[in-house]
Amino acid sequence: MAEQITPATSGQSLRRWNAATVILVFIPLLLLAALLAFLLITGAGLGKRIAPPIEELTIDRITLPAQNQIVVQVTNGGADPVTVAQVQVDNAYWAFTINRDGPIPRLGQATITIPYPWVQDETHVVKLLSSNGIAFEKAIPVATLTPGPSLETFWQYALLGLYVGIIPIGLGLLWYPFLRRLGRRGMQVILSLTVGLLVFLLFDTMAEALELVATTPKVFGGAPLVFLIALMAFLVLVTVGASKKGQVPSRLRVSYMIALGIGLHNLGEGLAIGAAFAFGNAALGTFLVIGFTLHNITEGVGIAAPLARAQPALWHFVTLATLAGLPAVVGVWIGGFLYEPLLITIFFALGAGAIAQVIYEVGRLLARQSAEDQAPLLSPATFGGLLAGVVIMYATALLVVV
Amino acid sequence: MNKNPLSRRKVLGGVGLFGLAGSTAALWLGRGNTELAATHSNGAHAQQQSAPPMSHHQMNDGIGMQGSHTMMANMVQGDVTTAINGFDPMKILTDFDYGTVSKLADGRTLREYRLYASDKTIEIAPNITFPAWVYNDRVPGPTIRCTEGDRIRVTFTNGSSHPHSVHFHGMHVAAMDGVDPIEPGKQFIYEFDAEPFGLHLYHCHTVPLRRHIHKGLYGTFIIDPPKPRPPAKELVMVMNAFDTNFDNENEVYAVNTVAFHYTKHPIALKVNELVRLYLVNMTEFDPVNSLHLHANFFNVYRTGTRLESQELTDMIMLAQAERHILEFRYKYPGSYMFHAHQTEFTELGWSGMFQVS
Repeated sequence: MAEQITPATSGQSLRRWNAATVILVFIPLLLLAALLAFLLITGAGLGKRIAPPIEELTIDRITLPAQNQIVVQVTNGGADPVTVAQVQVDNAYWAFTINRDGPIPRLGQATITIPYPWVQDETHVVKLLSSNGIAFEKAIPVATLTPGPSLETFWQYALLGLYVGIIPIGLGLLWYPFLRRLGRRGMQVILSLTVGLLVFLLFDTMAEALELVATTPKVFGGAPLVFLIALMAFLVLVTVGASKKGQVPSRLRVSYMIALGIGLHNLGEGLAIGAAFAFGNAALGTFLVIGFTLHNITEGVGIAAPLARAQPALWHFVTLATLAGLPAVVGVWIGGFLYEPLLITIFFALGAGAIAQVIYEVGRLLARQSAEDQAPLLSPATFGGLLAGVVIMYATALLVVV
Repeated sequence: MNKNPLSRRKVLGGVGLFGLAGSTAALWLGRGNTELAATHSNGAHAQQQSAPPMSHHQMNDGIGMQGSHTMMANMVQGDVTTAINGFDPMKILTDFDYGTVSKLADGRTLREYRLYASDKTIEIAPNITFPAWVYNDRVPGPTIRCTEGDRIRVTFTNGSSHPHSVHFHGMHVAAMDGVDPIEPGKQFIYEFDAEPFGLHLYHCHTVPLRRHIHKGLYGTFIIDPPKPRPPAKELVMVMNAFDTNFDNENEVYAVNTVAFHYTKHPIALKVNELVRLYLVNMTEFDPVNSLHLHANFFNVYRTGTRLESQELTDMIMLAQAERHILEFRYKYPGSYMFHAHQTEFTELGWSGMFQVS
C-alpha cells in the first residue's frame, strides 16, 4: 500500500527536464558510438572479410525512347558497389554508355543507353554483366516506342485518366436520385454493397502492392513496407477523421472519406495504366480503358450511397467525383512518364490504408442504422449487399488484366 | 527474377478476346499514337545524322575500319590489357614452347617442359574477371611443340588449391595418361614418346572434369611430322568460353580467352602468304563450336595427322577436343572477319579480323 504513495511523490521530481535528463538520453548513444568505433577499427575479432562481393542490381525500368535506342535504369540494392562491365541484348554484347563513372555505390542509380535496333512488337532481353560476371537481366515483353513527354502525350494520358476516373465515377453518382427513392432496407443493402466493393478494392490494392514490391530492391523493405505504410495510413486517417467521442461522422463526411480512399486507389490504377500504356501498345491501353470504366462505375455508387439520407448541394457531387477520379489522371502521367516501381508501391499501400479506413467508417454507419432499426448488423440483406459488391467487382475485374 | 508488368501472351490474348470492343475504342487512341510514333522516329533519325551514338567509342577502340553500323555496335566496351592477365592474346598466337632440348644416349632428342598449375583471376572481356585455374599463368596454357619421335618429359607442379593433372592426347603408357590427380604442392613427371604427328592438346583430367576444364586448364600440343610442313605464317587459336555466373552456360566466348580481342586488334597477314592455323576447340557446355573464314577457303588437315588436304571449305565444325590444321592464302588485301558460325557465339565474343596488306 505504501508503495502506491511513494512513486507519486518521487515521480514528480523524476519527471522534471534538466541536465541530468539530457545526460541520461546520451549515455547509451555514447556507448553505441564507442562500440561502432571499436568494431570499425579492430574488426571486433571477426577477422577479414573473405566472402566475395555480393552484387545485387535491380533493373527498374527499360524504355525505348527512339527506334535505335534502349534505355535501362538500374538501382544497386546490394551491400557492395557494382560495376556494369558489359551489356548484352538478346545474347549479344552491345555498345553502351552509362551516366556514371566507376561502380554504382550501394543504393546508387544509373542510366544505361544502348544503341540497339529493336524490333517492333517483339521481345528483347537486356542482360547486364558485373565485373565479376554476374548477370542481371530483364525482358522487354513487347517492344514499342515509349511515348515521351510532349503536349500531345500529356493530353492523351489526361484523357486516359479521365476515362477511367472521373467519367465512370460521375456516371455512378447519377444513381443518386435512384438511391434516394430506396427505403431503409434498400439503403442498408446499398451501403453493404459499398463495403463489398471496398473490401474487393482493399485486397486488390494490397495484392498489387505486394506484387510490385517484389520487383523493387529488397533493401527498401519489401512486403513489410507495404503492410506498415497501409497500417499507418489507416491509423492516420482514422485519427484525422475521428469526431467527438461516440459521435459518428456526418454522411457527407463519410462520402468525402470514401472519395479520398477511392481517389488514392485510382491514383495507383492510373499508375498501372500509364505504365502499361508506356510498355505495351494502344490496343492494350484501349482494352484496359474499357475494363476500368466498367470496373469504376461501381465506385460512384459507393460514394453516393451514404448521401441518400442527406441533401447535399450539387457542387458536392462535382467535388466528390473530382476527388475520387482526378488522381487517376495524375497517376497515368506518373506511370507513363517516370514509371518508378517503389513509388507506385507506396501509393498502392497508401490507397490500401485509405480504403481500410473507409470500410471502417461505412461499417460504423451501417452499424448505427442497424442499431436504430434494432436489426442485426449482419442480416441476409447486408450480407447479400456485401456479396453483391464483391461479385460485381470481381466480374468487372475480369475485363482488366494488367 | 523480375516479374514483368505484362507479357506478350497476355497482350495478344487480351486483344483476341476483346478485340472487337478494343478496336472500336482504339480509333481515338490509335490515331494519336501513330502521330506520336512518327514524331519520335523523326527525332531519332535527326539524332543519328548529327551524332552517331557509338561511333566515337568505336574509333577509340580502333575498329572503325569496315563493316556496318550494327556490326560495330555488337561489341564489348573498352579493351583488355596485360595489366590483370599478364599475357597477351596476340603473343599466344605465335608463342611456341619447344622445351629444353638435349640428346639421349641413343641419339634421340629429349625435350623437357615445365607446367605449373595455379589459381589466377583473369580478365576475359574488358572489366569482366573470371576466377580461373591456369597452366603457367595463362589461358590457354603454353603451346607445347615437338617433332614426332622426340622423347617428352613434362615436370608438372601443382601450385593450385585443388588437385590437378595433365592428360596429353597422344600415344603413351597408362601410367603417363594423366588421369590420377596430383595433390596441391606435389609434383609429377610425365614422360613419353611424341606420336603420332599432328595437332593435339593437353588438359587437366581431374574430376569434376567439366569444372576443371572450363576454368582454364588446357593447352595446345603440336607434334610436327619428321619432315616439316612447308614454311608458313603459323597461328594457334584455342576456341574457349567462360561461364562467369556458374549456371552451366557461357557468358563469354573467344579464341585465346579474350572476347573480341582480334576484332579490336586485327591480325596482320600478307597477300599470298601461306597461313597455317592450328585450331583447337576447348569450349565447355556447348556441344560444338566452329570457324568460318570470310572471303576465302581453306584446306583442312583433320587432327593434323595427314599431310594431304582432306577438304576445301570456308566453314568447319568441331566437337570439344577436336582440332584441325587449316591452311589458306588471301588473294586480295583488306579486312576479313573470322568467327564461329554459331551466331550466338560470334556475338558473345568469338569473332576476329585479319588485316591483309
